[in-house]
Amino acid sequence: MTFSLFFQSIVNGLNLGATYALIALGYTMVYGIIRMINFAHGDFIMIGAYTLFYTVPLMVNNGMPAWLAVFAAIVVCAIVGVLVEIFAYRPVRKAGPMSALITALAMSIFLQNLAMVLFGARPHNVAAIFSLPSVTVAGVTISLNVVLTIAIGLAIMLGLQLFVKKTKLGKAMRAVPQDRDASTLMGINVNKIITVTFAIGSALAAVAALMYCTTYPRVTNNMGTTMGMKAFIAAVLGGIGVIPGAMLGGVLIGLIEVFVRLFAPGWYEAVTYGTLIVILLVKPSGILGRNTGEKV
Amino acid sequence: MLEVKDLKVNYGAVQALDGISLTVNDGEIVSLIGANGAGKTTTLRTITGLEKAASGSIVFDGHDLRKTEPSKIINLKLAHVPEGRHIFPEMTVEENLEMGAYADPVGMSETMQDVYTRFPRLKERRRQLAGTLSGGEQQMLAVGRALMAKPKMILMDEPSMGLSPLLVQEIFDIIQEVNKQGITILLVEQNAQMALSISDRAYVLETGHITIQGKASDLLNDERVKKAYLGQ
Ligand SMILES: Nc1ncnc2c1ncn2[C@@H]1O[C@H](COP(=O)(O)OP(=O)(O)O)[C@@H](O)[C@H]1O
Ligand SMILES: [Mg+2]
Repeated sequence: MTFSLFFQSIVNGLNLGATYALIALGYTMVYGIIRMINFAHGDFIMIGAYTLFYTVPLMVNNGMPAWLAVFAAIVVCAIVGVLVEIFAYRPVRKAGPMSALITALAMSIFLQNLAMVLFGARPHNVAAIFSLPSVTVAGVTISLNVVLTIAIGLAIMLGLQLFVKKTKLGKAMRAVPQDRDASTLMGINVNKIITVTFAIGSALAAVAALMYCTTYPRVTNNMGTTMGMKAFIAAVLGGIGVIPGAMLGGVLIGLIEVFVRLFAPGWYEAVTYGTLIVILLVKPSGILGRNTGEKV
Repeated sequence: MLEVKDLKVNYGAVQALDGISLTVNDGEIVSLIGANGAGKTTTLRTITGLEKAASGSIVFDGHDLRKTEPSKIINLKLAHVPEGRHIFPEMTVEENLEMGAYADPVGMSETMQDVYTRFPRLKERRRQLAGTLSGGEQQMLAVGRALMAKPKMILMDEPSMGLSPLLVQEIFDIIQEVNKQGITILLVEQNAQMALSISDRAYVLETGHITIQGKASDLLNDERVKKAYLGQ
């Protein structure tokens, strides 16, 4: 393999990985706070992508930069996330993990079918969001669009870390998963924090949609299934419930995907799931998960 | 300051409290003693809204706590040190104390200095994750965290549980000191001897009923109490 190809694969892997990481964060934050796998989370990316499909041309026609459409996607995804939490998940929260699981699966099917009814089954192509040139450095050609999306992904992850470490709301978001009763006694409204967590997790899915559509500008009603599955694996790999774990897991899964596709195209699934199984055998709580505390 | 009347609490079909009434006056230490499973923890948890009452009334400082959103109760300056400590294990000692001031962060650094003066051990460990503290240190942290809210009253649920005799003495000393600074205490204890010796008044709870109540000094000499709770 030439250096050029290697370097490009690293960049592509990071790009895909940062996208998975943002999605994995949504799984992990929601799991951390209500111990539930939100199977509809992958479909929030689809919602973000459709929002981009409709709002990017709107921005461009009004003489605004296309990427401003991401704010529309963030708002739409956050609203959908909050509505799903309040109207679908909250009513079954006390009914046990099986009810929650089934509700989440049903929500995923519902969102995909709703999208089919609204937008049809045919794929839609999202107009170009960034139009930066490619540059060649030391014989390696890199798209600056990709560099930019990696930078956005990393900046958001860094921002999220600072937010949960430093702000009052962020501290409450860390406190609730650790001890709900104690959080209430401290004056934290647990339901409000759960809603905020869904809003933030869904907003991250909107940013992931932006990153994904920059590289693969195709939207389908079931795009969330594969994306969601990969990001979910990333979250488990990194240690579900652990925010830096989701970031690390996402980047790892992205790099594995790109490199395996390069060397042994047919082996991609086998290697990804194999890695997951090996890591979970060695460390059941995931790479950064804590073995003590609640089990997954 | 706190008045509980005819409080009934059920867990599904199980009745945990069958109409209990108790009063705590401003500045008092009142203890609630009783065997395991009598309903002591349920009483405290219902007062601060962690469990729902079936009937009865709970009034603190003129506020009807049954109608108060649980997360707002701390704003009334009523703190609760729950059974089993319930510290935030994956936060540092200092972050735990900060959480104590979540509802009222004004003057937090001074309050924290006071807490550190009272618990020098916590200051030494302030950057350590709370989950790695010893049981005694966690209990100190739980009390320190409650003090961070600048409470008028603290409900304490078995603060001496699982501690060495030396630490038990220390925690009871701290309760008395805190009380001398004007904080009213409702203390739940299985260690009846110690609890009664620092209390003004006490209630004995037996399977959801208050069976004996009175001045703590009288209860220390009560034959029934001696037999059942003081091992005499
Ligand atoms: N979460 C719960 N679910 C069902 N029953 C409970 C629960 N908590 C306590 N109980 C029952 O309520 C009664 C009182 O318990 P508790 O208030 O913990 O007593 P104490 O603190 O005096 O040991 C016991 O019979 C106990 O088994
Ligand atoms: Mg108890």
